[in-house]
Amino acid sequence: MKLTGAEIIVKTLIEQGVTDVFGYPGGQVINIYDALYKYKEEINHILTAHEQGASHAADGYSRATGKVGVCIATSGPGATNLVTGIATAMLDSIPMVAITGNVPNSLIGKDSFQEIDITGVTMPITKHNFFVAKVEDLADTIRQAFSIAKSGRPGPVLIDVPKDVQVNTCEFEDQGVVEKIPLPKVDEALIDEAVELISQAKRPYIYIGGGAAGLGMGREIVEFARKIDAVIGCSFMGLSAVPDENERFLGMQGMHGHYASSVAQNEADLILAVGVRFSDRATGNVAKFAKNSKIVQLDPDSAEVNKNVRVDLGLVGDVEDSFKRIAEKCVKRNLPEWIKRVETLKEEERKFEAEIAASQTAALTPKMIVQTINELKPARTVIATDVGQHQMWTAQYTTFDMPRRWVSSGGLGTMGFGLGAAMGAYVATGDPTVLVTGDGSFGMNLNELATAVSYNIPVVIVLMNNGVLGMVRQWQTLFFGKRYSQTVLSRQTDFVKLAEAFGAVGKRATNLGEFKAALKEAFTLNRPVVIDAQVDKDEFVLPMLPPGGAIDDIIVKVEKS
Amino acid sequence: MNRFVISVYVDNQIGVLTRVTSLFTRRGFNIDTLTVGETERSEYSRITITMAGDCYARDQLINQLKKQVNVKKVEILEEDATKRELMLIKVHNASENRSDIMTAVDVFRASVIDYSPTAMCIEVTGNPSKIDAFVKLMQPFGILEMCRTGIVALDRGEQTLFSK
Repeated sequence: MKLTGAEIIVKTLIEQGVTDVFGYPGGQVINIYDALYKYKEEINHILTAHEQGASHAADGYSRATGKVGVCIATSGPGATNLVTGIATAMLDSIPMVAITGNVPNSLIGKDSFQEIDITGVTMPITKHNFFVAKVEDLADTIRQAFSIAKSGRPGPVLIDVPKDVQVNTCEFEDQGVVEKIPLPKVDEALIDEAVELISQAKRPYIYIGGGAAGLGMGREIVEFARKIDAVIGCSFMGLSAVPDENERFLGMQGMHGHYASSVAQNEADLILAVGVRFSDRATGNVAKFAKNSKIVQLDPDSAEVNKNVRVDLGLVGDVEDSFKRIAEKCVKRNLPEWIKRVETLKEEERKFEAEIAASQTAALTPKMIVQTINELKPARTVIATDVGQHQMWTAQYTTFDMPRRWVSSGGLGTMGFGLGAAMGAYVATGDPTVLVTGDGSFGMNLNELATAVSYNIPVVIVLMNNGVLGMVRQWQTLFFGKRYSQTVLSRQTDFVKLAEAFGAVGKRATNLGEFKAALKEAFTLNRPVVIDAQVDKDEFVLPMLPPGGAIDDIIVKVEKS
Repeated sequence: MNRFVISVYVDNQIGVLTRVTSLFTRRGFNIDTLTVGETERSEYSRITITMAGDCYARDQLINQLKKQVNVKKVEILEEDATKRELMLIKVHNASENRSDIMTAVDVFRASVIDYSPTAMCIEVTGNPSKIDAFVKLMQPFGILEMCRTGIVALDRGEQTLFSK
C-alpha cells in the first residue's frame, strides 16, 4: 500500500496502539493533520490551547497508564513550545513520543520561516531524537522511537519530519506493536549478595521510587516488608506505588518528606532502594545521607548506580524480577527493636503535626483541603498537581489506593504542568481526576481550561489560593530575612469568573464547610470545575530539610510572622 | 587522578559526534583529547577519548555513553595499549639553528614535510610523551604554530573492542 509520509505517520501511530494524541496544527504539519482527518475514526486528536499543554497532556497520559504519550506540533515555535514538556518527561523518565514538522529538506539550514533545529535543541532533554530525511525511513523511525521510549529506563523521544517527507510517498505495511526490549535479569550471585546484606540488617528500610511506581508491585513490597520486618518509605516520584493503608508505610522522605520516614531512613542500617535516583531533594547533603547504612540499589540504568550516592551493591537490570527473587530468598525475620523505634518516630511526627494544627487558626488550611479530597474522592481518582507548596502538601497528605494515580512533575519541577497533565490522565483513564494547583502555577497555563471545556474533560481543579508564590516566599522567610522579592502577587484575578468565562464551573471556598460542599458537588457535575480555595499565605510546608542540609537540620516548626 | 583512554564505537551517522561531545559538556567531564575516524566497518566510527579523572568520573562517563542509542560499544583500553599521536609543528628555520633542528628530526624519526628559507614544518608521530619532548626541544628555536591530532589507540595482541 503506497501512502504519503503524513499518512504513514498516522498509520504507524495506529499500528503502535496509539488511540489518543495531543497537538496543535501549523504550516509544516498540515499534511499530518490532513491524515489525522482521514483516520479520525481510528485515532482521537485533542487540540490544546498551547503546544506546551499538549506536551504535558501526553506526559500525564503516560503517567496514568504507562502507555507512550504522543504529542504533535508544527516547526519553529510549535516545536520549541514542546521543550518544557519534553524536559519534564525526561527528568521523570516518562515514555513519550513527540512529532514535529519541519520546513522541507530544500529549505533546511537556511533560517527559513519557522525553521528551528529542534533535534539540536532537544538533544539534552530527550532519551533520543531523530531527523527523518526521507520517507522510506519514516515508519521504521517511528517504530524505533516507540521502542526507545518504553524500553529500559523510559523517556521521551522526538521525531522531526520535514514537510517534503510528509508529502512524498512510499510503501507501508502494518507490522504490529513493537514490544519493549526486555531488561536483562540480574545474576544469581548478586541476588544472593543482596539477600545476605538484607539478612544481616537490623534496621531495614525499603525505599521506593518512580522506577517502581508503575510496576504494580505495591502488594509484594508490603508483604516483603512484613516478612523481613522492614519499613517502607518513598521518594516523591514513588508516591502511589505502595497503597497507603498499611502499617509499614512511612510516606515520602526527603526535603519535605514525613519526619518519621526521613529519620527512619537516616537511622536504617540497610536501604533497599528500588527505582530511585537519589535526587538532591531526596538526600540533602549526600556526605551525611544514610551514612550508617548499607545501600542495595535496584535500577534498570547502570548510570544511576553510584551517581549521586555511593552504594554497596548495585543490581542493574529488571527491577521487578530482582525484587521478587530477593523477596523469595529472604527468610522471615523479627526485628521488634526497629519496629518499636519506628513507632516512636511516628509518635513524634504525630506530635509535630498536632502542634502545627493547633497553631493554625485559619478556617481552611492546605492540610484540610487535601484531607477532604482524600475523604471525598471516588476510588481510582488520579491526583495531579502543579509545582510549589500545594504540590508538597498534596504529596504529604494524599492517600492513594492504586499505582499510577500520582501525576506531578518531580525532577524538573515544572510550574504550569498540572492542567495539561491532568487532562491527559483523564483522557487516558476516564477515571476521576483532581488537579491540586496554586495561584502561581495555575496562572502559567490556565489557557488549557479552554481545552477542558471543549472536550468536556471533567477535571476538578482545587486551587490553593494564597496570593503569593508560596514556596519561594517560604525560602525567603527562612533563608532571606523575609525580603519578599517578587513573590507577593497583587493580582485581582477572580478565579470563579475566570472559570465561568472559559465555560467551566467556578466555586469559591473560604472555610472547610464551603470547601467540602464545593468539592462534593464538583464530583457530581461531570464538568471541569475550578474551586478557588482561599488559604493563608503564611502556611509553611513542614517539615523541611534545608537545601544541602542533613537530617539534624530538619525544621519542624516556624514561628509565624 | 588517573589518565584513561576510552574507545567508543558509534554509528557512522550525522550528529553522533555532537551527541557524544554535548554529553561531556552537560555532565561536566573534562576531556583531554578526542579523535574520531572511520573503522574496519563502514557503519561505525571509532572515537578515542583521553581523560584525567578518578574512578567516579570514569565510570559515570562510560555509563552515560552506554545509554546513548548510537553508541555500540564502550571500553577502557589496557594501560599498555599502543597509543599514537601525530603532530605537525612549524618552526623558524634560522641558519644558526638548522643543524640542531635536523638532528632532533633525525633522532625522533620525524620528517620535514615543508621547507622554506625561513620556516620548516615537521611531522612527528609517537606516543604523547614523545610528542611533548619534541615540542620542548623546538621551543628555543621558535615555534610558529603547531597542531596535534590527539591520541588514537588500540589494545595489544589479538584483543579487539568487540572481543572485550
